[in-house]
Amino acid sequence: MNLEGDLLHTVQPDNISDRRKRLGRILFWSASALVVLVGALLVLDDFGHDLGFTSWRPLLYAYVIWAVVLCAVQVIERGESGKRALFVLPATLFVISMVVFPLLFGLSIAFSDWNLSSLDGQKFNGFDNVVAMWNDAFYWNALKNMVYYVAAIGVEYAIAFGLALLLNADIRARKFFRVAILLPLMLSPVAVSWMFGKSMMEIRFGPLANLAKFLGWNQPAFFSDPMIARLSIMVMDAWTWIPLMVVILLAGLQAMDKEVQEAAKVDGANAWQSFWAITFPLMIPVSVTAIVIRIIFKLKLADIIINVTSGGPGGATDSVTSFIFREYRDRSNVGYGTMLAMVYLVLIIVFITALLALVNRLTKRPA
Amino acid sequence: MTLAQTRDEPIFLDTEADLAHRAKWWTGRVFVYGALLLWTVICLFPIYWTITTSFKLAPDVMRGNLVPFWDFTPAWRGWQGLGLSPETLMQTSTVREEFMKRFLNSVITSLSASALAVALGSLAAYGLSRFSYRFGYMKNADISFFFLSQLILPPVVLALPFLVLYRELDLLDTRIGLILLYTLTVLPIVIWIMRDQFAAIPTELEEAAMVDGLGVWGAFFHIVLPIALPGMVAAFILSLVLCWNEYFFAALLTSTEAKTLPVMVASQTGSQGINWWSMAALSTAAIAPLVVIGIVLERYIIKGMAAGAVK
Repeated sequence: MNLEGDLLHTVQPDNISDRRKRLGRILFWSASALVVLVGALLVLDDFGHDLGFTSWRPLLYAYVIWAVVLCAVQVIERGESGKRALFVLPATLFVISMVVFPLLFGLSIAFSDWNLSSLDGQKFNGFDNVVAMWNDAFYWNALKNMVYYVAAIGVEYAIAFGLALLLNADIRARKFFRVAILLPLMLSPVAVSWMFGKSMMEIRFGPLANLAKFLGWNQPAFFSDPMIARLSIMVMDAWTWIPLMVVILLAGLQAMDKEVQEAAKVDGANAWQSFWAITFPLMIPVSVTAIVIRIIFKLKLADIIINVTSGGPGGATDSVTSFIFREYRDRSNVGYGTMLAMVYLVLIIVFITALLALVNRLTKRPA
Repeated sequence: MTLAQTRDEPIFLDTEADLAHRAKWWTGRVFVYGALLLWTVICLFPIYWTITTSFKLAPDVMRGNLVPFWDFTPAWRGWQGLGLSPETLMQTSTVREEFMKRFLNSVITSLSASALAVALGSLAAYGLSRFSYRFGYMKNADISFFFLSQLILPPVVLALPFLVLYRELDLLDTRIGLILLYTLTVLPIVIWIMRDQFAAIPTELEEAAMVDGLGVWGAFFHIVLPIALPGMVAAFILSLVLCWNEYFFAALLTSTEAKTLPVMVASQTGSQGINWWSMAALSTAAIAPLVVIGIVLERYIIKGMAAGAVK
């Protein structure tokens, strides 16, 4: 996709009058002044001069007004090119105010001791949180679990690829199978937690426990042994998310040139050979996309763990997210939790960047 | 009649080689359908189990009965607990009111967040696919990456700062607070889908519209938007599914007023001595809307998920 240079050329008969420019500038500065004024009043209020504010919400309103004015000013001051900027500006403002600002704020929280249920408020404590994290065996354990969970994607990928091949085959009732295979993705992880974890895997009379007994496992217990508990979580998560990979891989299979495969058939390749020599190599780019997307979602894994095992037994099933969630629930200390989350974010960014670089190198064809 | 009788005699005789081929074809078929059916059962059984359990009584659950009317008689006990069975539907029920409130919260937050995300995302994706921007050192590719990179941001990183921010802004336990966060989480997905959609639309269409006197925004609304509508529907439905199922933010940021359905389901699961039939009824009610959406709008969901994956 060509991203540089206007694809859509517009002729700009813009001669914006000085008055219009001045109007734009006045609007912008008065909106900015409004934000500063509201902010100043709120700070005053915070420092004991009671002005009747109950929260910082007025600042939010002022900011929204400022953002709207900023968008309007683009058109007033810059005409046609302002109109073009208006396409991207709202989303950019939204993301910046919802991500960049909270992240910076989060950084300040991360280096403090802040118990929300006590009245003390924020107390900066330097690198205490980092030291605490370094010695927190449960956090490292949660990170180790994430490695297991991400590794499970290999199996999910194999199953998903198989299903995609089956759906791509010449079959009847394709729509029925497609809907059936898609349905798990529609269900909320919370509902899945109950359906699987709490009822079907219930050891006395859950159908899965009965099946396990039937298959010769005398006392099935899905959540007491660490390894088995982890596996159970992986199975539930896989059940929900495999459809996503199936859909992506199926799209890849359907977009593939049929002639190559027919040529292989004419040349006498059997199904096995044509799969490994033709289909699989051609599917590598799509596979990589599917796996990367799946990894991104897997790194957010939490809902099922929170609701089924709450990390147990002994933290064996904890993901980073569920661990921080519990850490906050138990101690309501936002400072430490935020530090853990920030470190996790840094690790994710490093990991994903390395992964993408690796993928780029592997999939780049020799010229 | 005579004609039919003569048909019993095969006209063409299969040779040995042909028969072997046919046997192989049949084993292939059996394998393909067998594997598909097995996976279908794996996918559908939990849903079936949940729905049937909501009509069971305690002894039926204990005995592990599975098939209604055959080894257990369906009863409305589970739905009575929710106040949604035929006889309780007319009476006032606090549980039902609670449920309807949560349901409504989920509907409002997910619909508004998806709509907002599709609006913001489509505009941004269109702009990025048509014009070149420069924001400091950032060019189009960088801006696109900036949007898409939000996808890797784990919710837990934002959750605690937002908890504090929302407390200060008095947005804790409000639907608006949730809507804003949900919009943020699905925005990169919408942009990812819509970028693809707009890239597939030839710019000549807009050029023609502009020659006829429409501005950039006019061309966008009158020409491009109708063509890209199926893609927008796909993005909307996918966002809807993700927002409806979201649990983490809702669990942290809402308590009594804005609590959504997943949080209600989760809080019921956690409580001791839950009766299975009510829980099953609650789960059924919580997943029913999405199961219906999944069956009816499957085409759009698949379209949305497959977009961008295949170049």
